[in-house]
Amino acid sequence: MTPTPVTPAAEPFTTVIGLEVHVQLQTKTKLFCGCSTTFGAPPNTHVCPTCLGLPGSLPVMNRTAFELAMRAALALNCQIASFTKWDRKNYFYPDLPKGYQISQFDLPFSSAGHLDVVDPKGAFSRRVRITRVHLEEDAGKSMHDEAAGVADTRIDLNRTGTPLCEIVSEPDLRSPQEARAWLNELKLLLVYLGVSDCNMQEGSLRVDANVNLHIPRPDGSLAKTPIVEIKNVNSFRSVERAIAYEAVRQFEEWQATGAELGSAPKQTRGWDDPAGITRAQRHKEESSDYRYFPEPDLVPVTVSEEQVAAARAAMGDPPSVYRGKLAERWSITPYDADVLVNQGRDLVAWYEELATLTGDGKVASNWMQQDVLRTLNERGGTIGEFPMKPAAVADIITRVAKGDFDTSRGREIFATVLATGRSVTDVIADMGIAAVGDDELETLCHELLAANPKIVADVQGGKEQAAAGLIGQAKKKNPNVNPAKVREKCLELIRRG
Amino acid sequence: MQLSERSATEIVSAVRAGDISAVECVTAFLDRIELLDGKVNAFLAVNREQTLAQAADIDARRAAGKPIGPLAGLPVAVKDALCTTDFPTTCASKMLAGYRPPYDADVVARLRRADAVIVGKTNMDEFAMGGSNENSAFGPVHNPWDLSRAPGGSSGGSAACVAADMAPVAIGSDTGGSIRQPAGLCGITGFKPTYGRVSRRGLVAFASSLDQIGPMARSAADCALIMEAIAGHDPGDATSLTTTVPSYSQLLDEPLAGLRIGRVTEHYGPGLDPEVARGVDEAFAVFKAAGATVHDVELPHAKYGIPTYYLIAPCEASSNLARYDGAHYGARAELGRGTSAEYVGSFESPLMEMYCRSRAEGFGPEVKRRIMLGTYALSAGYYEAFYAKALRVRRLIQQDFLKAFEKVDLIAGPVSPTPAFPLGEKTGDPLAMYLVDMYTVGTNLAGIGGISFPCGFTKAGLPIGFQLQGPALAETLLLRSADRFQRLTDWHRRRPPLSV
Amino acid sequence: MSLSSKDVAKVGSLARLALTEADLERMTGELSKIVDFVSQLGELDTSAVEPLAHPLDTRNVFRDDIPAPSLTTEQALGSAPRHDGSCFLVPAVLGESGAA
Repeated sequence: MTPTPVTPAAEPFTTVIGLEVHVQLQTKTKLFCGCSTTFGAPPNTHVCPTCLGLPGSLPVMNRTAFELAMRAALALNCQIASFTKWDRKNYFYPDLPKGYQISQFDLPFSSAGHLDVVDPKGAFSRRVRITRVHLEEDAGKSMHDEAAGVADTRIDLNRTGTPLCEIVSEPDLRSPQEARAWLNELKLLLVYLGVSDCNMQEGSLRVDANVNLHIPRPDGSLAKTPIVEIKNVNSFRSVERAIAYEAVRQFEEWQATGAELGSAPKQTRGWDDPAGITRAQRHKEESSDYRYFPEPDLVPVTVSEEQVAAARAAMGDPPSVYRGKLAERWSITPYDADVLVNQGRDLVAWYEELATLTGDGKVASNWMQQDVLRTLNERGGTIGEFPMKPAAVADIITRVAKGDFDTSRGREIFATVLATGRSVTDVIADMGIAAVGDDELETLCHELLAANPKIVADVQGGKEQAAAGLIGQAKKKNPNVNPAKVREKCLELIRRG
Repeated sequence: MQLSERSATEIVSAVRAGDISAVECVTAFLDRIELLDGKVNAFLAVNREQTLAQAADIDARRAAGKPIGPLAGLPVAVKDALCTTDFPTTCASKMLAGYRPPYDADVVARLRRADAVIVGKTNMDEFAMGGSNENSAFGPVHNPWDLSRAPGGSSGGSAACVAADMAPVAIGSDTGGSIRQPAGLCGITGFKPTYGRVSRRGLVAFASSLDQIGPMARSAADCALIMEAIAGHDPGDATSLTTTVPSYSQLLDEPLAGLRIGRVTEHYGPGLDPEVARGVDEAFAVFKAAGATVHDVELPHAKYGIPTYYLIAPCEASSNLARYDGAHYGARAELGRGTSAEYVGSFESPLMEMYCRSRAEGFGPEVKRRIMLGTYALSAGYYEAFYAKALRVRRLIQQDFLKAFEKVDLIAGPVSPTPAFPLGEKTGDPLAMYLVDMYTVGTNLAGIGGISFPCGFTKAGLPIGFQLQGPALAETLLLRSADRFQRLTDWHRRRPPLSV
Repeated sequence: MSLSSKDVAKVGSLARLALTEADLERMTGELSKIVDFVSQLGELDTSAVEPLAHPLDTRNVFRDDIPAPSLTTEQALGSAPRHDGSCFLVPAVLGESGAA
C-alpha cells in the first residue's frame, strides 16, 4: 500500500522529525588502526588484529579523524568540549568482533550546534538544532542471501573500525521536504569542508529518522504519536518518501488505536524502498542495555580554546556563508548563488574562473546554469571531467559581448566544440563565422530595405517592431550577422530616408 | 652449580663470553622441564625443536661475529596470556584451545629482539582470573615447595617454573596481584611495574585499567635485567608511558641509607597468618639494618580494596571477554547438537544459540562468575550503585597512597595473608579465594608499582612473601630496595626439595 | 541485597551465557553473596569524590593517519570456526538488528 499523497495544507497534523546521521570521515586509515578505509576491496583484506578484535589488540586514535570530526562540529556551530573521552557500547553482533563499539556516551566532544536550511524559493526556512556530534567506529558488513534459504551469514570486516561522525539533530524539522533539503545542506557542508565524501552508495553517509506527529485536538491540546525510528534509508529521496509514508501510517494508526507517546517504547521500522513502506523490526527489550563505561584502552582528549580557534580559521567558509559572498562578489541573485554553490566547491571554482575571465558574473552564471550544468547533467561526471576549460567558454562569451556573433550562435559553437573536441577558434573558422564589417553590414541592410518596401513603410508609419521581419532574411543572406546590429542599422537607414 | 640454577644475569654474561652456548643453556632448562613438569604442570606449551633452533641461530650469529642482543641465549617462560606467533596462546581456556595469534605481544617482540629464547608458555588461571591457578582448563599448577599446595595465581605457572628451575625467568601479568602473590607463595621475586611502564599490546586483556606485565625471577637483579628489555613506550598502546627507561640493573648499587619505609597498620588485621606476620617483621628488621627507617602509615581505605577491585575488574572483564563468542576465532559450540536441551529457556535464533552455548561451554566457572558479576554491575539501574561507586572508592584508595608517599618512600608489608594453601581448599568458596589478593589489589587500583620476594619460611617449609609498593615510576627504587634485601639475606637462594 | 534467579537469568542472557538449572541455582547463591560483599562500599560517603576510571592522567594520545600493513585474508580467517575463504560464516542473521 502506498500512501495517498496529501498536500501539506490538507494535513491535519504536523510531522516532527529528528535525524541521526552517520558520516564516514575522509581518512586514509581506520579510526584505531592503520588498515585502509578504501571502499570496494575484496572481503577481509583490510583487517588487522585491532579491527578484528583479536585477543590482546589495542586501539590508538587517528589524529586526522579527530580533526575532521572537530571540523564537522565547528561547521555545525557546535560547542567543542574542553575534555572528551570514549566509552564502550556493549552488544553482541557478528559484524562487531570486539563485542563492543568504541563510541562516546556522556561526554561527546561537541554539542549544542545548529544548521539552517533555507528553501531558495521561500517555501521554508528552518534552524535545526544539533544535539551532539561524536566520533565512533563503524561495524563490519553482514551479508545474507535470504533467497537462498537459511544458509550462513557471511561477515566482511573491512569496514569495521572506519571512523564515523554521528550527528544527532533535535526534532526540529517539520516536513519530509524539509528533511530532504536539510540533508542536502548537511551533505554539501561536509563535502565542502573535506570532512566526508558523503557517498551514500558506498555507505559514507547513512540516515536514521525519528518521526512522530503532533495532532491538534478540538480542545486545542496536542496529541503526540509514539516516536518511530526509521532505519535502512539509502537515499535522500527515500528519506523524504519514508517520512511521508510514516506520517500517514502514524496518523491512521492513531485514528485506529489512539496510541500516544509514552504508551510504548520507541519502535524501530525499516524502510522497504521497492515496496515504498516501513516495516516493524524486531526489537529486543534488553538490546538497549548497552552497559556503557569508559574505554580503558584509550586516554581522554583535551582541546584548548586556541586549538578550536585554529581549527575554525583553517576550516574555510561553509556553503551558507559562501552563497552570500558569491552573490555579492559577482552581482548575481541569491537564487543563482544557491544553484552554483549547491553544485559543490569545484564547480564554484570553475565558475569563478569563468566570471573572472569574462568580467561578467551574471553572464558567466547564465552560461554555467544553462550550458555547462545542463551538459554535465546530460553527460554525467564532475566538473573536473568537463572537456572544456573556463578559458574556452570565456572566449565564446567575450566574442558574444563584442558583438562578433549572438548568443544562440555562441551556443552552437559551444555545442560543436564539445562534440568535436576542436578549439573554439577552429570551430569558428570551420563554421565560417567571421565578424561582419561595418561596410558589409550597411550594404546588406540597403539590399534588405530595397527588397522589403512594405516593412519600410510600416516602420515609417511608427511600427518599429515590423523590422523584426528583416532579421530572418539577413541571417539567410549571411549567417554571421548580428541580429541586433542588423535591426539597429536598418532602423537608422530608414530614419535617414 | 648446575646450569639451571644459575641466575639470568650469570647466564647472559656466560653466553656472551662464550663460556656456554645458547643451545647448551636452553637444553639444560628444556631437560629440566621434561624431568619435572609432569609433577608441576607449569607449562601449557613447550616446543623443544623450535626453541633449540632459535638458540642455534643465536650461537651461529655469535660465531659469525654478528651482533647479539642483551639477553642472548636466555631462556624465558611466558605466561599464556601473551600472544606468541610460534606457540598457541590459550589463556588456559578451552575457549582458546589451540588458538595461534598472527602477531607477537610487544613484550614478546622485545624479548626476541634482545635474543632471549622463549622456552614455553606457562599455565595460569583461565583468563588470569584467580589466585590459585586452579581455574586453568588444563589442570592446576602444583607448588614446587609442596606439590599438594597451590602456587598462587594467576601467574602460577610462571612462578612455579622459576621456583623449580625450569626457567631462570618468566613473564607474568598482574591485574590484582597475579605476579606478586604467586611469586610470594613460590618463594621467588615478582615485579609489577607502574601501570603503562610495559606495553599491554598482545596481553590478552582481563581488566584493561589494571593489567600490567612484569618479570618473575629468582632475584630482583634478574627482574631489573628483564625490565630493561621489556619496558618502554609502545606507540601501539595508547596507555603506554613515554618516560625514558633507566638502566635498572646499573642502578642497584646505591645503598638504602635514609630510605623511609612505611609499615601499613591496616595490614595487621584479621586473616593475617602469625607466621607470615613474624616473617614480615623480620624483613623490616633487615631493612633497618640496611639503613632504612620504618614508619607506621595508614591506608584507611585498604579494607575496601577487595570489594572495589571485584567490581571494577569484572566490569571491564565482562566487556573484554565479549569477543569470545564463537564468531571469528576460538571455540564455537556445535549447534543443534549436544546439550542444549539442558539449558534454561530456549534460544531465539541459531545465532543466539551459537553465542550462548559457545560461551557457556568455552568458559570455566570463575570466568563466567566474573562476567556475570560485571555484566550485572554495569547494567541499567546498577551502574551508579556498583561500577560508579567503585570508581569513587578507587580514587579514595589512590589518594591514600599519594598521602602515604608524602611521608615515606616505599610502603611495605605481606604479599598475602597466608602461605601457600592446599589445592582445593578455597575452590568451593569464591569469596575466600578473593581475599588472597587483599594486600595486592591496591597497587593496581592506584596504578603504581610493587615487588614481592621471599623473606622467610614457615615451620612447614613454605615461603613467606614480602611486598614493597612504590609511587608511580619508582621502578628503580623498588628494584634496588629488593636487591639490597637480597644482598643481605639468602631466602631467595633456597630451592624447593623437588625429588626427581 | 540478594539476587533472584530471574535476575541472574536476565544477566545471563545479556552476557550471552547459557545457563543450566544447576548453574542458575548455584550462580544465584554465589552472586548474591558477592554482591552483598561488594555492597559494603555503600558504607562510604563518596558524594564529593570524582570517579577514577583509569590510573593514568595521560591525555591526547594519537597516531598519524598513515596506512600500515593489514593481515592477509588467510591470516584473518585462520582461526575462524567457519569461513568460506573470504568471509567469516555465522548462523543466519535474520531480522536481528545490531546497534542503534
